[in-house]
Amino acid sequence: MTGLGAVTPMGIGATTLHDRWADGVCGIVDGAGACREFDPKALLSVKEARRLDRFSQLAVIASGEAIAQAGWEGEAPYDPLRIGCIIATGIGGIDTVETQHDVMRDRGTRMVSPLGIPQYMPNAAAAAVTMKYSLRGQSYGVVSACASGGHAIGSAMRMIQYGDADAVVCGGAEATLTEFGYACFNAMQALSPTGMSRPFDARRDGFVMGEGAGMLVLEEADAAAARGATILAEVAGFGSTTDAYHLTAPEPTGGPASRAIELAIRDAGAEPAQVDYINAHGTSTQLNDAAETAAIKLALGAEAKRVPISSTKSAIGHLLGAAGAVEAVATVRTLITGVIGPTLGYEVPDPELDLDYVPGEARALITSNGHPPLAISNSFAFGGHNVVLALRGAAT
Amino acid sequence: MSVTAEQVESRVVETLASFGPDASQITRTATFEELDIDSLDLVELAQVVEEEYGVILKGEDMKELKTVGDAIDLIVERAE
Repeated sequence: MTGLGAVTPMGIGATTLHDRWADGVCGIVDGAGACREFDPKALLSVKEARRLDRFSQLAVIASGEAIAQAGWEGEAPYDPLRIGCIIATGIGGIDTVETQHDVMRDRGTRMVSPLGIPQYMPNAAAAAVTMKYSLRGQSYGVVSACASGGHAIGSAMRMIQYGDADAVVCGGAEATLTEFGYACFNAMQALSPTGMSRPFDARRDGFVMGEGAGMLVLEEADAAAARGATILAEVAGFGSTTDAYHLTAPEPTGGPASRAIELAIRDAGAEPAQVDYINAHGTSTQLNDAAETAAIKLALGAEAKRVPISSTKSAIGHLLGAAGAVEAVATVRTLITGVIGPTLGYEVPDPELDLDYVPGEARALITSNGHPPLAISNSFAFGGHNVVLALRGAAT
Repeated sequence: MSVTAEQVESRVVETLASFGPDASQITRTATFEELDIDSLDLVELAQVVEEEYGVILKGEDMKELKTVGDAIDLIVERAE
């Protein structure tokens, strides 16, 4: 991994995200994790801005940051036909759908914009980033609700391992803070009526919706080393399973989710004893946080109580299809800085949930055995999709 | 409905400018290619024209248009 980018409710930038989280800043205002510092008109040309739904705008800006950090500005260091791009979203361009549906109702079907489809298609972000940066290898969108971002990174890792690409720009983007988006999630009673994200706390009452994008540049390790790139971290493992249990509720024993954790750790060639940190899915819903705790215990056994676990969603809300990617960015910043962001708002322990959720304030990352630190990042989705990434700090 | 060429020109320039190019570049002789105005933009322009002037421009009409002036002339002709 050689580049990171993020646009989140914390502001613009991957370091901004993690630094503010570690400082205890909460990006949730009035019950929403909006990207208030994101001004598409200032960051994009008129043509780009009006041709992209907000979710793609967020992806383009986050990709620009990641590509700049990788040192690719100007010319990419690989054959463009060998650079892939995978960008996840849970929903796609919902604001465009709503706007154009209103146009159709108010002014007739003939007045629906020809930009409707190219703006709302879930692959629009991948299309926009490939065009802007001339990436001509495999590219596509990935859709698995709240696990989408994790799937994008895992798929990118496999694309490189399989030899189909030398590098992949990957991540996720979401922008669903719209009237219809709220109506739908509210109808499911998934959102917090108090507007507070306090994962693992006994008082948790639902998730807070957020928006944003997280992007990463992955390169084949030897090729990155050969060109003298600064290696930020390694995507060391990927594990993915499915609950096949219920449309929205997680499988309560955590069995399939725990298997995804085990697979990711094993894929990284590691053991539970070597896991130094868990970036939880931690949505602040009753069901997720209980099932996730069960899954961690099943997968890590006696090690579960030792490992610090925190939820980035306590600081920015739930970014749905972007969550897995933004949280991977936050996890990598944790590995780089050695600082674990806290689970904000966690004050009243739930007697059933008895792990170390890093309450109160940031904490130093303690690395086992002098090895580069190893973290896992969990994403569990509506639909029962489970993704776990194992992320390893760069060797120093 | 009577509409003057000046009115159409003003509306066309305003609409095209909202698509990205600088208003100062949008002259009668400027080509859509120079202005980076593509077929999707022209469909949007046609929608504005249809709502404003009741002139329906079809895909085959649009294909013939090379310059801003071509578009203005066609709209004025059809609106008469």
